[in-house]
Amino acid sequence: MSGSFRRLISGRSTAVLLASLGAGTMATGVLLNENGSLAAEAKKKLYPPSSDFPDLRKHNNCMATALTPAIYAKLRDKLTPNNWTLDQCIQTGVDNPGHPFIKTVGCVAGDEESYEVFAELFDPVIKDRHNGYDPRKMTHPTDLDASKLKHGMFDENYVLSSRVRTGRSIRGLSLPPACSRAERREVERVVVTALAGLKGDLAGRYYSLGDMTEKEQQQLIDDHFLFDKPVSPLLTCAFMARDWPDARGIWHNNEKTFLIWVNEEDHTRVISMEKGGNMKRVFERFCNGLKQVEHLIQERGWEFMWNERLGYILTCPSNLGTGLRAGVHVRLPNLSKDPRFSKILDNLRLQKRGTGGVDTAATGDTFDISNLDRLGKSEVELVQLLVDGVNYLIECEKKLEKGQDIQVPAPLVMFKK
Amino acid sequence: MSDNIERISESMAKLSMKWLSAEDEYPDLSKHNNHMAKVLTLPMYKKLRERVTPNGFTIEGVIQTGVDNPGHPFIMTVGCVAGDEETYEVFKELLDPVIEDRHGGYKPTDKHKTDLNPDNLKGGDDLDPKYVLSSRVRTGRSIRGFCLPPHCSRGERRAVEKLSVEALAALSGDLKGKYYALKNMTEAEQQQLIDDHFLFDKPVSPLLLASGMARDWPDARGIWHNDNKTFLVWVNEEDHLRVISMQKGGKMKEVFTRFCTGLTKIETLFRDRGHAFMWNEHLGYVLTCPSNLGTGLRAGVHVKLPNMSKHAKFEEILTKLRLQKRGTGGVDTAAVGGVFDISNADRLGFSEVDLVQMVVDGVKLLVEMEKRLEKGQPIDNLIPAQK
Repeated sequence: MSGSFRRLISGRSTAVLLASLGAGTMATGVLLNENGSLAAEAKKKLYPPSSDFPDLRKHNNCMATALTPAIYAKLRDKLTPNNWTLDQCIQTGVDNPGHPFIKTVGCVAGDEESYEVFAELFDPVIKDRHNGYDPRKMTHPTDLDASKLKHGMFDENYVLSSRVRTGRSIRGLSLPPACSRAERREVERVVVTALAGLKGDLAGRYYSLGDMTEKEQQQLIDDHFLFDKPVSPLLTCAFMARDWPDARGIWHNNEKTFLIWVNEEDHTRVISMEKGGNMKRVFERFCNGLKQVEHLIQERGWEFMWNERLGYILTCPSNLGTGLRAGVHVRLPNLSKDPRFSKILDNLRLQKRGTGGVDTAATGDTFDISNLDRLGKSEVELVQLLVDGVNYLIECEKKLEKGQDIQVPAPLVMFKK
Repeated sequence: MSDNIERISESMAKLSMKWLSAEDEYPDLSKHNNHMAKVLTLPMYKKLRERVTPNGFTIEGVIQTGVDNPGHPFIMTVGCVAGDEETYEVFKELLDPVIEDRHGGYKPTDKHKTDLNPDNLKGGDDLDPKYVLSSRVRTGRSIRGFCLPPHCSRGERRAVEKLSVEALAALSGDLKGKYYALKNMTEAEQQQLIDDHFLFDKPVSPLLLASGMARDWPDARGIWHNDNKTFLVWVNEEDHLRVISMQKGGKMKEVFTRFCTGLTKIETLFRDRGHAFMWNEHLGYVLTCPSNLGTGLRAGVHVKLPNMSKHAKFEEILTKLRLQKRGTGGVDTAAVGGVFDISNADRLGFSEVDLVQMVVDGVKLLVEMEKRLEKGQPIDNLIPAQK
């Protein structure tokens, strides 16, 4: 069946659904297209899955590696309960062939059910991206008990700032690639209402992107809090920028240490950050804040998307599990020039980025160092890994300063077999 | 049938749980300045969101580009697109007023005249080549039975390409040519096409991207041109086909003749293979953007008007002549060195011959005026009445 007919999708109306199922039932006040089901059947015969299979020969992303004509043929005509299709999941990966060096994911979920309905594609993608994690066989541990974190105070001669971020999705509402304007506004309403219930050091305010004043906008830019309409084709091709800036906004607490982005790349992105090296406190606020927000939405009958196999469900498969990136801005003038720097990071399961975030270059000797992994280890485990790793990097830096030699640590094992 | 019913009940239950009303869905168009935003109302939206074309295109698909691109205080964009031929019927309540607004009051009951007989063009072979550097006529064509670029599947797009390439391969004489698929061309071929100013690239305009036209790039996109490089067809860019006739100098009649001959031949070749172009009595040729309905024709010249362009009444004269100016890079570019792209402003409600006639007569007059201004003479008695 042609992708065009399956894209009834965006209508999200009963009429559209009934037409697609070719049913004779009528709902009050709804107009049916009588020829709908005939057209669908005809198109199905005219365009077999092989005619629609994307040309992925020049592509280098997880989706292109995993998708075969057989899988495509099986999944092409399936719909999630929100009428989301495989073609929509993979559009971003078809439109963005990727880079020989950087393997992007190449597919997104439109809703929680995408990961089930299209499991034949998502499972191998998840395995590829998350070190062999098998959602059919393994379970993901969730642990937001910040008291378990050890040695979370960094030497502030080196660590300039500490940050932990994750995302959360509201169960029952479609994800950014698929959501209608009404659903997106509902996400905003649910989240903003909940956040209004935060008190004490978490009390704060919401700034809707569409309504903020020039002054508020400038302040948010100066604080490095403002997010802008996505320009990356990876995101725009995944339909995430539709209707911008409708129902998008930023909430932060008065102390500017806890920040939530609404309806950017996920329903919510939750960020805890501070200048300096007190990662322990950053993580405590993170866990505490998350738990409180969860409690506040539960009071109103909502919950986060989560399951045992995949942990927290987010739009991009790369963010499944914890969705957690814990990182620091750290000065490593000597270590960064050492040829073993990359290997050390690899073995510690850390990643470096420029201080502008993903896909930016480092300025001077200051790097953004964060955990590589997201799924298969708990929040506590990953932040501990980051803490231990950064402490090791600082040790190396200090040694090199004194002219002493350093050692490449043994590689950390991800999953015990 | 029974598990169909089960599926329906389950899905309906889920949908009614999240049954969000038209009010909840209605886009915020308070900061928007495009034709769609001016026409759309909540009652209209309520009605139209219940409908779907036989190919599954909905009101959301129609208006997404207009929601995502608020427009410019000075430039009124269209803000909506068609996903298939039926869009113009199924969503009439929105598109008729948009068409009326965009095409000078064209009513839903009006009939559009098609005239591709170049013999009906008077003059046009003697535009002064010292001023008129090049002449060009372009239009678009859609193949009936296939969805349009915002909505087509990869399979459909490839079918359009295959059909087009087969038809074009049958052209002969001065129209004989070659097809270059975007995804297969060699570096040398690509450079040549760039040097010839033939190559089109993946759209970057958010107006096009937001409508879904750039999906799967560069799959099934390509450029065909004749050996003489005077007749060019773009496949699967913003429309199924864009057909362009062009040459240096001011012989617009020749350009238009080749245009008509080529188009007529192509139409016959498609017919021979069982396919027609999308056309009807009311809207003429049906294309993706409502702004290109009717003739879809833009006939234009690159013309040197350094003095005219500085004249206070330049804009007014263009408007009277039903002409439009652009920079030499095409739409949304600036003029370089006093050279302007001057073309017809209309598309619908006038025939192809009518529109090219306007360009021929209008440009002739503009060159007259330019010559007068060069000599320091006034042009007031040459200023025309509104066409």
